[in-house]
Amino acid sequence: MPTTTSSAPSGRKRPGSGLPARPVIRRLVWLRRLSQAAFFSLFLYLLVQTAFRGGFAAKSDAAVRLPLPVEGFLLADPFVGAITLLSTHTVYRGLLWGVAILALTLVAGRVFCGWICPFGSLHHFFAWILPSPKGRGSQRVDANRTHSYRRAKYYLLYAFLLTAAFGSAIGGAFDPICVAVRSIGLGVIPGLQYATHRGLGAIGEQAPRVVQVATDRTQGWLARSLWLSHQSYFHETWLIVLLLAAVLFANRFIPRFWCRVLCPLGALLGACSRFGLLGMQKDHAKCTDCNLCLAHCQGADSPQGGVKWHQDECHMCLNCEAACPEDVIKFGLLPSRRSTVTEPDTVRRTALAAAGAGALFVPAARVADSLDVNYNARLVRPPGAVEEREFLERCIRCGECMKVCPNNALHPAMFEAGLEGIWTPILIARIGYCEHSCVLCGQVCPTGAIQKITEKQKLGVGEPPIKIGTAFYDQGRCLPWAMQIPCIVCEEFCPTSPKAIWVEDVTATVRDSKAGAAGAPPAMKEVRLQRPRVDPVLCIGCGACEKVCPVQDQPAVYITSVGETRSKTNVILLENARDKG
Amino acid sequence: MAARRYRPSVTKPDSPAPPAPVTAADGHRDRPSRRETLVRIGSTAGVLAAVSALGRAAWDKGGSALAAESRVRQVRDFRVADGAQAHDAFADLAIARGGALDVPTLATDLVGRAIDALGGMKRFISRGDIVAVKPNIGWDRLPVHAANTNPDVVGAVIEQAFNAGAKKVIVADGSCNDPDRCYQRSGIWRKAYALGAEVILPAEHRFRTMRMNGEILDEWPIFAALIDVDKVINVPVAKHHNLARFTCGMKNWYGIVGGRRNRLHQAIDVSIADLATFVRPSLVVIDAIRVLVRNGPQGGNIDDTRVMNTIVASTDQVAADAFACTLIGQHRDNLGYLKVAHERRVGTMFWENLRVKEA
Repeated sequence: MPTTTSSAPSGRKRPGSGLPARPVIRRLVWLRRLSQAAFFSLFLYLLVQTAFRGGFAAKSDAAVRLPLPVEGFLLADPFVGAITLLSTHTVYRGLLWGVAILALTLVAGRVFCGWICPFGSLHHFFAWILPSPKGRGSQRVDANRTHSYRRAKYYLLYAFLLTAAFGSAIGGAFDPICVAVRSIGLGVIPGLQYATHRGLGAIGEQAPRVVQVATDRTQGWLARSLWLSHQSYFHETWLIVLLLAAVLFANRFIPRFWCRVLCPLGALLGACSRFGLLGMQKDHAKCTDCNLCLAHCQGADSPQGGVKWHQDECHMCLNCEAACPEDVIKFGLLPSRRSTVTEPDTVRRTALAAAGAGALFVPAARVADSLDVNYNARLVRPPGAVEEREFLERCIRCGECMKVCPNNALHPAMFEAGLEGIWTPILIARIGYCEHSCVLCGQVCPTGAIQKITEKQKLGVGEPPIKIGTAFYDQGRCLPWAMQIPCIVCEEFCPTSPKAIWVEDVTATVRDSKAGAAGAPPAMKEVRLQRPRVDPVLCIGCGACEKVCPVQDQPAVYITSVGETRSKTNVILLENARDKG
Repeated sequence: MAARRYRPSVTKPDSPAPPAPVTAADGHRDRPSRRETLVRIGSTAGVLAAVSALGRAAWDKGGSALAAESRVRQVRDFRVADGAQAHDAFADLAIARGGALDVPTLATDLVGRAIDALGGMKRFISRGDIVAVKPNIGWDRLPVHAANTNPDVVGAVIEQAFNAGAKKVIVADGSCNDPDRCYQRSGIWRKAYALGAEVILPAEHRFRTMRMNGEILDEWPIFAALIDVDKVINVPVAKHHNLARFTCGMKNWYGIVGGRRNRLHQAIDVSIADLATFVRPSLVVIDAIRVLVRNGPQGGNIDDTRVMNTIVASTDQVAADAFACTLIGQHRDNLGYLKVAHERRVGTMFWENLRVKEA
């Protein structure tokens, strides 16, 4: 992701006094680029690996788990750690890794933003590639000055922290890693898959045999490495992709718009960087106002002479020192702070207002009728999800569970769970059902919104199984019930043992579809049928029946959330009846 | 219209003099040259011609582009056409029973005996053949649940095929549950891979829409990897089925159909028969080592299975199913799909009339 940093050995003459940057800085700049590329690749690799691909190596009774900690970037994310700490007063399992990034920031400033963050690197790249020729010279320099709009991210941070303290982790929706996983995992990759499948399929249909074999092989390889053998679809994912496109396009006007203006993680790290031992000092007297430092600046932190450096905005990318031809800028350990602003210079009144707004969001969202009353029947949460109130305290909307779901069952909610529940996982059984022996969503959930349950817990070996809802029949649409046509695919797919769907053998009368001879009314005939019913004690709400129901547009059997194990209130049966299962 | 509004003409002092207005007097500047005229008219005519030609070429005059082209019943016949002398020498239906061995050894032994009774695998596989082995990998169940074909039986068939000279053996099925999970947890992936077979997942691009022109199955996506081969060996598991009562080899062809096959159950007997009419395997090897006798086809409870240690091999898929159903106490008269297939002469449901051999 190189911005054009002319280093001394290149043929081009450096402007001004032409003093070369220190060798260590020149090397560090390249090391930073390597680091960005490496972490971005790692991020993509882990994202692609957030899927179960079976293999020949595993024995049939081996537990199905992902071999890699695919949610690693989220675990090390201190913003995720901070908001869930405020909302749950605990740091869940691997989230303690966030301390490592925090420690790095306390020593060396926002190194995470400049060197590690995959979403930051993506913006670095787009800020380099997108601007028009007009956006390169003085316009670029102007765009890279420290503007007051940068404070927005601090206000967002304060708002999200207060929202978290009042019981909602919705701030996670703005976390850069969550945005990256969600938008790339649920939008970009499935979109690529769709385009590739259609494109190669169209070529393969028309082309000669050799080409057909090649396209088939390519598709086979892609299905085994980048995605799965079926196309993934995600509910209303257009909004997620549109927002990604918008923040990427913003780089055309304000380089690294996301990082400078919106990123709450960047704000959190910025607020911590005041303790940074590494930093910059400038020799203002030598500055000739050539603005080369500004042309290459990532954080818009005022590296140029004559003004104070904003330590909290600096990504520690070292571009400014590498670009400076006059020996003005020097990064080092324990620099003089004479011309440094160490902490965010936010406006106190605005900060308080933002925090207050964040706190008020929670009651405002909850008096809207989506949680305590008028709970959405189709709001089916993944197996192992904690009770809804606690779920909202933990779910950061990263989309890991949706990405890993082998059946494409989990989807980002739009407004099914109210505004507060946007992009939280819901199970849409019509698209995919919950695979009976699968516990992968809990494995990848970084915050414990979905607990790490075992197969035994889920299937209920020696304890009641985990239910996510209950199935119901629409007898007006069901083939054996309404039309006297045999079917019971639902019963076939019901995975519990004994099956929650049971059938009753009946003999029913059905009218022939053809008119009788000589204008007589159609004949009546008797048919033997099996009519399905649900045992609510045994039904776990997996939705396999809904998925396979042949009544295509609106299935004759469907699941709703009632009876879910995690809720004490969203129930049908008396306690005793439930314990029977 | 805005251009016609009156606007006082202001000439900036330093702007260059406006070009002299073109008047009719110097007409040679007013009109394009002859060359340019020809080029411009030519390009307009060219684009018009191209658009017309494209439109004419792609014109769907009667709006019939979506209509059907062929109404011929398609059949994928992989049966081995050997002479009458072979028929006299070999059985048409072989039953091998055993016990007191561990399952892998038992499977190899029983599969070997059953196929030998039919004349050995070399009767069905020629040197250099590409062979599809079609087990049942429908469900995310372990081998002990007997919802899928036993991996050791699949392995024994693969081994036999390779020994008979097969160049390549393909193992695939269109699973009901998540295919990655079904393939792995059925144990078939591991077994087949170890023996050098190519295991193919039912990825979307593997399906090709085909016209079967069956009685009810017309145009459906078909798992092409399983039929773009020289020989097909059907290796089903015998099991109870709540709707069809008992299913085995013929029902195993559900696994080559893609799309929303849940509609097939409305006429399960005819759709099974349609599929068995479409695919005629070279050989059927039925796994009845452990049989799901209740709660089929998915099972999930070991108590619903019974160990039978039996392998049935046949060249007649209807007879094979008609015999195998007796294992769980069913009778051919109760299985509608056998009757339909029998009447279509796909095979015979009166298996006793064939040369039956206890191997």
